[in-house]
Amino acid sequence: MRRLSTWLELAAPAALVVLAALLGTSASQSNQTYFIDTLVKVAIVVALYVFIGNSGVLSFGHISFVALGAWTAGVLSVPVAEKSAIMPNLAHFLHATAVGNVPSLALAAAAGAVCALVFGLPLMRLSGLAAGIATFAMLEIVHNLLRYYEKIGPGLNTFSSVPQTTGIGQATIGALIAVAVAFAYQRSRYGRTLRATREDPAAASATGISIYTQRLIAFVLSGALAGFAGGLYVHFLPLNTEVVYLDLTFITLAMLVVGGATSLWGAVVGALSVSALDSFLAAAENGVTIAGHTLDLPAGTRLVVVGVLMAVVLIVRPTGITGGREFHLPRRGR
Amino acid sequence: MVAILNIDWQTLADALALGGIYALMAVGIGLVFGVLRLVNFAYGQLIMAGAYALAFGSEWNLPVWVSILFCFGVVLVLSVAMDRLVFRPLRGHAPAVMLVATFAVAYLMQSVALLWFGSLGTIATSLAPLNRPWDIGGVEIRKIAIVSVLVAAACLVLLRLLLDRTSVGLHMRAASMDFLTARMIGVRANRVIGGAVLISGGLAAVVAVMMTVQTPLVTPDFALRDTIVVLAGVVLGGMNRPVSATLGGFTIGFASGLLGGALPTGQSQYLDSFLFVAVILVLLVRPDGIFARSRGGIERV
Repeated sequence: MRRLSTWLELAAPAALVVLAALLGTSASQSNQTYFIDTLVKVAIVVALYVFIGNSGVLSFGHISFVALGAWTAGVLSVPVAEKSAIMPNLAHFLHATAVGNVPSLALAAAAGAVCALVFGLPLMRLSGLAAGIATFAMLEIVHNLLRYYEKIGPGLNTFSSVPQTTGIGQATIGALIAVAVAFAYQRSRYGRTLRATREDPAAASATGISIYTQRLIAFVLSGALAGFAGGLYVHFLPLNTEVVYLDLTFITLAMLVVGGATSLWGAVVGALSVSALDSFLAAAENGVTIAGHTLDLPAGTRLVVVGVLMAVVLIVRPTGITGGREFHLPRRGR
Repeated sequence: MVAILNIDWQTLADALALGGIYALMAVGIGLVFGVLRLVNFAYGQLIMAGAYALAFGSEWNLPVWVSILFCFGVVLVLSVAMDRLVFRPLRGHAPAVMLVATFAVAYLMQSVALLWFGSLGTIATSLAPLNRPWDIGGVEIRKIAIVSVLVAAACLVLLRLLLDRTSVGLHMRAASMDFLTARMIGVRANRVIGGAVLISGGLAAVVAVMMTVQTPLVTPDFALRDTIVVLAGVVLGGMNRPVSATLGGFTIGFASGLLGGALPTGQSQYLDSFLFVAVILVLLVRPDGIFARSRGGIERV
């Protein structure tokens, strides 16, 4: 029975992802983009969960890993012939190389991990709350550099000509990989140790756990996942720096918090449910017809509704809609 | 030093002014943090609301003092509403939960502003004359720089007096040291928190007035970047004491103003990178903040 409940922790979120993907394949071409977007967001939110959920420390900076992953995968997979058109100032060695889809995703993950290590070394030494706020510094630095440093990317321009390999298939596989890695981590010794520091930092350090090291390990792993998700993202949409900045930070944090930040199940449920709401509102901003009534919301309603939802969930049920617990079968009444 | 770094007096005055404004923001955030252990990310949006009040004041041709009063009114009402609707139900939750909640409120307020006022922005012109220069001994300096420094200094002195000399101030300091014990010996929690929220709101209104002079175009993301910089400054200075948080706010504002003036044009776009890398490097050496007194122990329950 215990074995079964362990595997359900992995199987339940994975099944939800597959279910969303199956719904996506049956949707029309224009609606399918919403499903792909949702699956990429699942990967990002799971990456956030690996650090925030297990450590209890907030991070407003993970979108910088997504951005960096997107830039790495994007720059390296634009065909050499088209590079000078959109990135005229690109550094020479980047200009001459182009890699395939899968290597570009692996390199995106590597870039996210390296970036997380570099920033994590100083930031993870801070106390929990200060570390959370200081991750904003990371977001600002990466955003600022990607926006203006044209030797490593398109700068202010939009990333066009990246092969659009992230269809519903790749997005699903990507989200499943993220879920599997997060599961493996949380079952591992490191995941358990980090959760111990979350529950009681004083008791954890008293048993000889280095909070710094454990947080850093999770930070780097979730940086890698976020970079990987960024790679998926750039293969799906032509991004620019503003797409991978504060709005995405807000919406992904909202997903994690609404679902329940302390469980993988919560991260996936939150990402899927908020995405569903968000996609519906985005469509409604352009006008949708439901049962004969046309709903046409003014632009900007999306963020208002998601903001209200996030604030209300935090006030009424701070552990999120799943209660921050892993998926479990309902117990038989005794 | 001024000559070596190729900084003129105007830059120095601007840097001092920005330092002063950021110090006020840091105090506003620090006061509420002191009593509630809550980092209010939505502080910038209070300033944004005040700035919109000023902009509409000048659009409706109200006299300057009326629009400033209007600005204070809007910001104070919003602060109290925020306290009642968000801070109070969240009291006692983990600091991280409260920070995320205020982040949500910040985004909510910004999107409401976007929905109501659009993204193009409104211009606040009533205080524009303050942007003209004053001639001081052959050196021209914008009036607003001097006004900001003076106003910030006056606010900080007043606040110091309030905290040191009045019973409300005493209660507030007691509450920020140990809320539970303070309550046990008769400090009224709601009054102290209400006081801190009101003062913090008043400071936000002051900041709104001074910022609209420097940047008259008011958009929904007004003061958003400044809030992020000030929060970094608060961490840089040390979050645990209001004084170190304020000094941190001043330091980052001053550094930002100085860097903005000193960087050559080709590199000025990287101002944020330089600034935040410096913050991280300092934190590498002093993780508790440069102005923190000693290593903070573990907070006991």
